Amino acid sequence: MLAGCAAPLPLRGTGDLGVVIERAIGRLQVVDTSAHATLGTVDGLGDLSHASVVYSRDGRYAYVFGRDGGLTKVDLLERRIDRRTLQAGNSIGGAISQDGRVVAAQNYAPGGVKLFDARTLALLADIPSAVGPDGQRSKVVGLADAPEGRFVASLFDAGEIWLIDARNPRMPRITRFRGIGRQPYDGLVTPDGRYYVAGLFGEDGVALVDLWHPERGATRILDGYGKGEARLPVYKMPHLRGWAIADGYAFLPAVGHHEVLIVDTRTWREVGRVAVAGQPVFVIARPDARQVWVNFALPDNGKVQVIDTETRRVTATLAPGRAVLHLEFTPRGEEVWISVRDDNRVVVYDTATLARVATLAANAPSGIFFTSRATRIGF
Amino acid sequence: MCVRLRIRIAAVALLGTAAVLAPAGAPAQLTGAGVTTAAAGPAPARQRELVALLRQDCGACHGMRLTGGLGPPLTAEALYAKPADSMTETILSGRPGTAMPPWRHFMTESEAAWLVARLRNGTIDAPDSR
Repeated sequence: MLAGCAAPLPLRGTGDLGVVIERAIGRLQVVDTSAHATLGTVDGLGDLSHASVVYSRDGRYAYVFGRDGGLTKVDLLERRIDRRTLQAGNSIGGAISQDGRVVAAQNYAPGGVKLFDARTLALLADIPSAVGPDGQRSKVVGLADAPEGRFVASLFDAGEIWLIDARNPRMPRITRFRGIGRQPYDGLVTPDGRYYVAGLFGEDGVALVDLWHPERGATRILDGYGKGEARLPVYKMPHLRGWAIADGYAFLPAVGHHEVLIVDTRTWREVGRVAVAGQPVFVIARPDARQVWVNFALPDNGKVQVIDTETRRVTATLAPGRAVLHLEFTPRGEEVWISVRDDNRVVVYDTATLARVATLAANAPSGIFFTSRATRIGF
Repeated sequence: MCVRLRIRIAAVALLGTAAVLAPAGAPAQLTGAGVTTAAAGPAPARQRELVALLRQDCGACHGMRLTGGLGPPLTAEALYAKPADSMTETILSGRPGTAMPPWRHFMTESEAAWLVARLRNGTIDAPDSR
């Protein structure tokens, strides 16, 4: 065989594949969740110190958003970079449209949202964000896809939510919701695609937009959930993406408190809270919604807790290792993969028995993203 | 909202005061620290811990490569013109009203000053060879 001429790939689907980000070396692993194995690596992805991933709807391509503004389309089957563009100076993540044709990047510098052709990564539209109090364009957080060809995002500095109608992606139409609260730090779209929820860092509260009725504007929920208690210093921003909506209730991190808030999604009123081992970072429901798993900010980032959604109590505390950064459930939730940065490994647990079933070596692993995200609204 | 904000600032200030009143200098998470002297800076093992903290935990907002994120860049170009004392104070006490928390429980004042000096002259080691 000629050098550089690859052998034909064996036929296979991608439904049990995913990627693990190796943040310090700008590389990702392609993993097989059935085999608990690393199939290969792809490098040359730039600064992945904060990275997130969305998938093409056929589950073959991962779109990787890097800290340095890099947007890379990775072919999981051939395990190579298909396309790559440096689209901003500083970026935080992105989303893919309902029809899979448009990839949207959310940028810190220059602040705004950019829309790209999902096939070619050609730029379709550049949407500068509004200027914040510091005179700079706002950093964009909490970008998510929504039904009817829309995206929703929050502006950290300006305190706004933007609803972006991208059905004509070269001429997006923006609806602005102003005065939604101070410093929205992240957002999520509920699994039914109806509500956009933005957590606020600058005050105790959450902003909510009913995407069935955007004309009603944004409303505030959970006002003053800290009840004047001194908030603890926050050493890592919670993430809302990867939501926990379980059995009609939203489980949300309480910023600066060792609590998970439980909100009835029919009334959007708080119905309870769960005391946990630290400040929550990710609060994620197992796909069948029977459990919610939580990891924590420094100094409690060696633990993971499991909440029983029926009794709303912590039923297990696990210690996967030093600096747990992320967790991802297999498509139907029988296992969860947990990245342990400072121990350079990914640990896989059986979610029913809580037994460790596999360990994979990885270089400072952070985000874990499985292709099942391709079919979920808000992922 | 204004009242709540003020409460929070007071709380942060109080936290700072408490730390000053009890200057055990015992970082909660980073153990194994060596002796710190003003001239030489922290012991080598402690220096590595501080740089790891800077990269990984400060880096959560400022970027692992310190090029900025939710927080501003901490590169030498971004910092050289800023007063070192106020930067040290910002690390120790945080900046109320922003996302910057106080790091007083993770390092001493002289360790914060050492980090500031290294940041300003751009001599923090790169995270990798790239």
